Amino acid sequence: MPAIAAEKLERAFEEVLAVQGIDIAVEEGEIFGFLGPNGAGKTTTVRMLTTLLLPTGGSATVAGHDVVGEARAVRSSIGVALQEAALDPLMTGRELIRLQATLQGIPTAEGRRRADDLLERVDLVAAADRRVGTYSGGMQRRLDLAAALVHEPRVLFLDEPTTGLDPVSRKTIWEEVRTLNDEGTTVFLTTQYLEEADQLADNVGIIDSGRIVAEGTPERLKAEIGHPHIQLHIADGSVARAEEVCARIGKLLPPKDGRTVLVEVESGAADIPRVVRALDEAGIAVESLELMRPTLDDVFVAKTGYHLEEEDAKEDGEAVEA
Amino acid sequence: MSSLATNIRVVRALGLRSIRQTFRRPQLIAPIIVFPTLLLAIQTGGAGGAVELPGFPPVQSFLQFMLAGAMMQALMLAGNSGGIALAVDIEMGFTDRLFAAPIPRFAIVLGRLAGTAALGLFAALWFLAIGLIFGAEIESGVPGALLAIFLVTTAAMAVGGIGAAIALRTGSASVVQGLFPLVLVVLFVSSAFFPVDLMIEPAKTIAEYNPLSLVVEGIREPIIAEIDAADTLYAVLAILGIVVFGLLLSARALRHRLRVG
Repeated sequence: MPAIAAEKLERAFEEVLAVQGIDIAVEEGEIFGFLGPNGAGKTTTVRMLTTLLLPTGGSATVAGHDVVGEARAVRSSIGVALQEAALDPLMTGRELIRLQATLQGIPTAEGRRRADDLLERVDLVAAADRRVGTYSGGMQRRLDLAAALVHEPRVLFLDEPTTGLDPVSRKTIWEEVRTLNDEGTTVFLTTQYLEEADQLADNVGIIDSGRIVAEGTPERLKAEIGHPHIQLHIADGSVARAEEVCARIGKLLPPKDGRTVLVEVESGAADIPRVVRALDEAGIAVESLELMRPTLDDVFVAKTGYHLEEEDAKEDGEAVEA
Repeated sequence: MSSLATNIRVVRALGLRSIRQTFRRPQLIAPIIVFPTLLLAIQTGGAGGAVELPGFPPVQSFLQFMLAGAMMQALMLAGNSGGIALAVDIEMGFTDRLFAAPIPRFAIVLGRLAGTAALGLFAALWFLAIGLIFGAEIESGVPGALLAIFLVTTAAMAVGGIGAAIALRTGSASVVQGLFPLVLVVLFVSSAFFPVDLMIEPAKTIAEYNPLSLVVEGIREPIIAEIDAADTLYAVLAILGIVVFGLLLSARALRHRLRVG
């Protein structure tokens, strides 16, 4: 039985269909990356799966329990770290984890022991008795994650756990997610960062405007949209000849500019010597060469028609202007 | 551990958190104590001669009469503060943490109300202490003081239920805070600060039907006279009525919040 299964899951807010009948299946022990731009329906989906929001259509089970009919059993099985760390700035880190242990029905002495262990695990022992309001963004995320783990949940929901974090804090969270997964925890991770999904997820679901537009392993999704290609920067005057030579080896792709040749190849790195040799034999000087593999962004573009990170940048710009 | 024992632990933990939160956020505790204390000082200093008016109940001093009003004001502000704190929790997403835990969701409201009741208890002790320091006697002695403390504590919880309902419904701290003037208006059209018999219409009729007057009289009676069973019963019934009203409103608001997310 999948750890998370959704069938035609739907949520409407008055006239707006935020999530439009999505199907999801996440196996036990998997990291599932739920990728999409702001407003795509990621958080609404997470809120339904974590019983914080009632679906208006379809059904879903988490850890084998129905999210509507067996909501309490679902809540016992899951850990949740939501998009904006839901922390009380007036509490200390230790108080928060102990409270979370009480909420999970863990006896006081055991709750205290687990709080100490978790604070150590997320490297917050020194700050444990400071108020959360004094923590940095990365520390808050780590504390939030620790609180979500206090009852050793089977399934962990992380809603954009690294949004707004610096690269170092982001890598720390990634390492922790990998460790948790190695220990057997199923992770449902929403993100708007392509690299995050690529680095962490066993399977990826891409959501856009409330619909899942692609689902599969990152490798399969990337393979579906094409082979790797070699990008060559050619010395002036030789581009046309270089294209003739490369066309005999692989499929030419539309060039980026007048000095670049793009050729799609079957095997990737193994094709580089052939290309270089052929160009050399033809007396064409190559200034630089790069092997390009399809990225999740290419998958996103192929499925939605726009770049995920461009979309986010545009929204950020609008937010600044507003 | 039984489910009931676990739920009691949860309510206790949430109550303790709400008390800590109040004492760590001065803007929540200050109005509960500072404002009623100042008003008490101003009124007893400036209107002390009111006790000489014909029809004014027999009291040792105007301070003795006003203690119940100050406690009533403090407990209403405690209920309002509890609502603001819950709305702040909603705004910053902390209630999501609670809603995502395997606890009865009403425990979240009860935890908040436990904290509000503790504030009521603190306010009752504060004003009894002020009264005693400045020479106001508690006519019915220790039992009367305990009765007043009990009524103030439970009434704070009852009013807190309404504050919690508004917070859950609106999810906005500024809306709950905006009700502060209304708290005063409702209080001024009760017998909190002046005997009903000396009021003029229509305030007199409104005060007679205002359930807060029943609560105030229940608190005041053991302070200015002997414990009166009828006044106590009316006060308890009024508090029960407000509790039921507040909890029903909260339950409805909670359902609404979970439906809209």
